[in-house]
Amino acid sequence: MARAVTPARTWMMTIAAWSVALLIFFPVLWMILTSFKTEASAVASPPQLFTADWTTANYAEVWARSDYPRFFWNSVVISVGSTLLGLIIAIPAAWSMAFVPGRKTKDLLMWMLSTKMMPAVAVMIPLYLVFQRIGLFDTKTGLVLALMLMNLPIIVWMLYTYFKEIPGEILEAARMDGASLWNEVLYVLTPMAVPGIASTMLLNIILAWNEAFWTITLTTTKAAPLSAFIASFSAPQGLFYAKLSAASTMAILPILILGWFSQKQLVRGLTFGAVK
Amino acid sequence: MGQITLKQVRKSFGDVHVIPGVDLDINDGEFVVFVGPSGCGKSTLLRLIAGLEDTTSGTIDIDGKDATNLPPARRGLAMVFQSYALYPHMTVRKNIAFPLKMAGMSQAEQDQRVERAAKVLNLGSYLDRRPGQLSGGQRQRVAIGRAIVREPAAFLFDEPLSNLDAALRVGMRQEISELHQSLKTTMIYVTHDQVEAMTMADKIVVLNAGRIEQVGAPLELYNKPKNLFVAGFIGSPKMNFVTGPEAAKHGAHTIGVRPEHITVGDGPWEGVVGLSEHLGSDSFIKVDVPGIGVINIRAPGELGVHHGHTVRLSPGHRIHRFDEKGLAL
Amino acid sequence: MSTQSSRAAARLMVAPSVILLFVWMIVPLAMTLYFSFRLYRLLSPDRTGWVGFNNYTWFFRAPDFWLAMVNTLALVGGVLIITVILGVLVALLIDQPVKGQGYLRILVIAPFFVMPPVAASIWENLFMHPQNGLFAAIAQGFGAQPILFLENYPMPSVIGIVAWEWLPFATLILLTALQSLSSEQLEAAEMDGASAFSRFRYIILPHMTRAITVVILIETIFLLGIFGEIYTTTQGGPGSASTTLPYMIFKQAIVAKDIGRAAAGGIIAVILANIVAYFLMRGIGRNLDA
Repeated sequence: MARAVTPARTWMMTIAAWSVALLIFFPVLWMILTSFKTEASAVASPPQLFTADWTTANYAEVWARSDYPRFFWNSVVISVGSTLLGLIIAIPAAWSMAFVPGRKTKDLLMWMLSTKMMPAVAVMIPLYLVFQRIGLFDTKTGLVLALMLMNLPIIVWMLYTYFKEIPGEILEAARMDGASLWNEVLYVLTPMAVPGIASTMLLNIILAWNEAFWTITLTTTKAAPLSAFIASFSAPQGLFYAKLSAASTMAILPILILGWFSQKQLVRGLTFGAVK
Repeated sequence: MGQITLKQVRKSFGDVHVIPGVDLDINDGEFVVFVGPSGCGKSTLLRLIAGLEDTTSGTIDIDGKDATNLPPARRGLAMVFQSYALYPHMTVRKNIAFPLKMAGMSQAEQDQRVERAAKVLNLGSYLDRRPGQLSGGQRQRVAIGRAIVREPAAFLFDEPLSNLDAALRVGMRQEISELHQSLKTTMIYVTHDQVEAMTMADKIVVLNAGRIEQVGAPLELYNKPKNLFVAGFIGSPKMNFVTGPEAAKHGAHTIGVRPEHITVGDGPWEGVVGLSEHLGSDSFIKVDVPGIGVINIRAPGELGVHHGHTVRLSPGHRIHRFDEKGLAL
Repeated sequence: MSTQSSRAAARLMVAPSVILLFVWMIVPLAMTLYFSFRLYRLLSPDRTGWVGFNNYTWFFRAPDFWLAMVNTLALVGGVLIITVILGVLVALLIDQPVKGQGYLRILVIAPFFVMPPVAASIWENLFMHPQNGLFAAIAQGFGAQPILFLENYPMPSVIGIVAWEWLPFATLILLTALQSLSSEQLEAAEMDGASAFSRFRYIILPHMTRAITVVILIETIFLLGIFGEIYTTTQGGPGSASTTLPYMIFKQAIVAKDIGRAAAGGIIAVILANIVAYFLMRGIGRNLDA
């Protein structure tokens, strides 16, 4: 702003902004704090923000459950697996659409976007039945496939926008310098594309980890990841509040951390490149 | 080395005929400049020679061999791009060495050539930096260095100075000319700036809408333009064109006089001064002569003439005459 | 640059994505369409027979269906309104000269990365729970009765939870757009005598129109399919009070195991999505040039 920024104004705005931010963040904070309380103080009334008896016992107990590590591992495998599989398929597609665009390229991209708009419930039934028939129901493989297909449009779009930013002249320079197509890809294109690929990977791991429809619908026990676990234990019978908070905190912590690093990618990826 | 011949080269993008048909001979060791307004096809022509675009029809010979269907890598040419196109993730050293690496040269040989190029272009202290850490002029030198190490048959420059500021441009222009003198390799240079063309070229090719308007040495184009377009394009400020009865007096549809060939003081034309610019070294004035039009004049030194003065002008004897089709008479 | 051979190679490279997405979309959709016209109940031996439009009419006759439609549109509309308005306000606030802007963003962004079941769980147990929740404690502190959020106001509660989750998304996108506004434009407006509110109305808001449009479009795509939050908290209840169309279809498929009906519901959902998309594009689609 052109007006002189007085210290008073800065402080006023700072306090206002931080109040709002803390208000928004508060539920997460409350959950994290609760995870370190004893069950008794977790349900104490009036509720205390901080308590005298801090404990990490909740975390140990949740992790010691026979099934929690499995849920965690399932989340890891499914998110990383679907992302890698998606990248393998999407990189060649995005590459060719960015560097050898045809007349139909724009239409193709729009069509891919439209597949994401189709309600999942419309394809749920066939998938549910088919997966059961061919033995993919309640398997990590099945979920990897389903989530990969769900996110493929986003992966292709994100990679496409990143690839488009690589100046074509640099690739031409490589060609003039005598690089074969393979050399061009290996020595010039890939190093310049790595940041974009990493960003895409990051965002998709986040999206897959948090996915709550297919992970609940297509699993029962063996392949269920954390999202299904938390969903079915929401009315805690078997997990009380402090332990539920610990279980939940562990479930979201990896993504919270990844998410803090990936704000820019989030904006680009989820708006299909419309906002950068 | 470095002899290039274009025969009936045509390029169309779908229905757009960017280059309707070009014949051109470039001799070994020449500094040829393709010049023309934006969109005239000069960059396209350069890219056709480079092999970055396929011709729609016609042939391109390099050193007597048909190179029309050869990929860029096998034509033995090197290109300096307008944006320099340096590899951002490689050091300067690796940038310059890249073409040598692609050619499968030994590391020792690569290092030797890189050192030589670095010396010629004064890049010694930057070899281990990345392009992002260099200034515009330094980046351009790296781009030239990358082209030099290949010892190509010809260098292709695509508007290399457009991204530099004015002072740097003059300096780099001279460096490129000096490079040409020492290497004696063919250089094909594309620019829209006719000053660059005039100062650097052995031969200028003036292009307009994909057609060659005229080919010749700089002064030849200056003194004997073949048509209105070349006459108006070469020389700054632009040549003054007059049509109507004044032109008919000289037996032409249009006559042209360069601003620097008009004398102020006495003469058949009289008018009121509009704009006047005094640089000390030159004076530029605009005079509205009734019945003739607005005439631009460039006079050496300080001319004590200002807005509102009435002056008399003489077009002198260096008058160019053109017929109604725009061709020189 | 593009020669015959590279064009052929390009087509080959795009093929897997296109084929996969095509199969993923067309084949199941076709199957759903097929099932929707058939009697198909997993729990009964009747698996054959065409029933025409019976599955569809069941939906249109069921009172729950219309409630589900209302709930679905309420969810989408409610969350959109809350997130866009609050998103603009929060973005404006963060864009001010404030200390620790980086950390502010981290705090504000956090809810978006919390997976839906956890987000729902937090609100259900830690806040809205009539005995142990924070809201109950606050109410009791004022001597009032705790509100039974999920029992008495299930749909608004769900809308609130989802809005909390999506506010960061809107804020982040709007903040990005806001920060791309050159301060020179605002300075010029100030020199032209515009007040802060005028500057907002005539310069900032129009600049953000495109971003707001994108937010609305993207959120709508995702909001039409909200599932995890409802599954975790109310399971669509009490009764069907918080059942949206996707949830209703889910119940038909997984609980009632009536594939035919669920399939019809799925097709209805597709039609609904297309109608919404049509109106959206007509209404605000021209704000996009992408």
